[in-house]
Amino acid sequence: MTDAEREELRRHGILLTSLEELYNWGRSNSIWPIQFGLACCAIEMIAAATARFDIARFGAEIFRPSPRQADLMIVSGTVTKKMAPLVVRLWNQMPEPKYCIAMGACAISGGPFKQGYSVLKGIDRFLPVDIYIPGCPPRPEALLNGLIKLQEKIKGEKLTGPNAARHVRADVNNEHPIPEYGAHDLVPSKNTALWSPPAPPTA
Amino acid sequence: METVEQIRDRLLARFPAAAVAVVTNPGAAAEHALLLDATHAREIAEFLRDDPVLRLDYCSNVTGIDWPEKEITDTVKTTVADPAGGPAKVVETKTVRVEPGYFEAVYFLYSMAKKHGPVIVRLRTANRTDAVTLPSLTPVWRSCDFQEREIFDLFGIVFTGHPDLRRLLLWDEFVDHPMRKDYVEPDDYEWEPTAHGDVLARAQAHQAAVAAAAAAAPSAAMPVVNPTPSAS
Repeated sequence: MTDAEREELRRHGILLTSLEELYNWGRSNSIWPIQFGLACCAIEMIAAATARFDIARFGAEIFRPSPRQADLMIVSGTVTKKMAPLVVRLWNQMPEPKYCIAMGACAISGGPFKQGYSVLKGIDRFLPVDIYIPGCPPRPEALLNGLIKLQEKIKGEKLTGPNAARHVRADVNNEHPIPEYGAHDLVPSKNTALWSPPAPPTA
Repeated sequence: METVEQIRDRLLARFPAAAVAVVTNPGAAAEHALLLDATHAREIAEFLRDDPVLRLDYCSNVTGIDWPEKEITDTVKTTVADPAGGPAKVVETKTVRVEPGYFEAVYFLYSMAKKHGPVIVRLRTANRTDAVTLPSLTPVWRSCDFQEREIFDLFGIVFTGHPDLRRLLLWDEFVDHPMRKDYVEPDDYEWEPTAHGDVLARAQAHQAAVAAAAAAAPSAAMPVVNPTPSAS
């Protein structure tokens, strides 16, 4: 059956769907983010939960105070090197399936503190980030847009086959090593399985 | 409220052995400060808190300052009479002296009871290297606790008598005190799209050194810097 035939049936009130679609639809509309904020972006995240922007419209309003009950980590704000091991630990404590949104310039790259000695130059050095939301800080609409993009990503996930999603595969371990505090930087300063620096210019 | 000079005179009358000086602030705010010597700072602080006229019961802020060693040129003008009988000549003699560096902790004191303030109190260390100890005023004002820890963290001033002197903003394993003016940032920058100029040159030199060390001892090399970064 093609998509066009299915749409035709849907117009006549007959809903045909696959188990995968139904399962992903349910998951994508009941995301529970972890109640976790680091800096100014967290204020925008809180604003997204208020009545004016109302993240509840997307089924993601239940900010869980425990990582064991959450499946979305919104890294909202500046990740200092002192905080980074704790962020990775929280991520490890979250059960699969889980997703990560890097919210704001600091979480993506270190932002204005990129060349500082105390700030991590992007959380994607230690965590697999699904959605990047640029801005300093991003407005609540931008967070909602990122959430919609994440929902689209979840809806497109495969449950079987070679392109199956991470959480249904037995061979993928998504527990990441927690860095140690070093004399100047975290040791190691990045998870090389996830991230490697771009090549320097050859010119 | 009493002026800083009045407070200084009362302190000198009350504590004859103490060295109390007024540090004038040439700025528009003219917030002149009391410079206390470290040995009498605790008892003077308790006096400032408990004195019925001052009642400085609230310390709103403590901050650190690094004063590095600086050269001061003193110019002395002397008039030399011309032996030929002409007009006298003015001769300038310049002497250069080196003022040794020190750290300073500055306390801003207010009175909640009397609704006045601030009274600014400064403490200076003997130098910037080995004698960087000051008495903690946390036993006098509890609000100094975190701020003295912050000064210890970033400037390296050791506050004796502090109940819990640990690093506050940085982690315990961190080496050095980044707010010192002679602090040199470590070289372990990776190349980034924003790195340029001196930062890029330092990063490349550091990466070359790490790659050479990794080539010399492959088993001991930690994956701190990826020696062969893949183009993304």
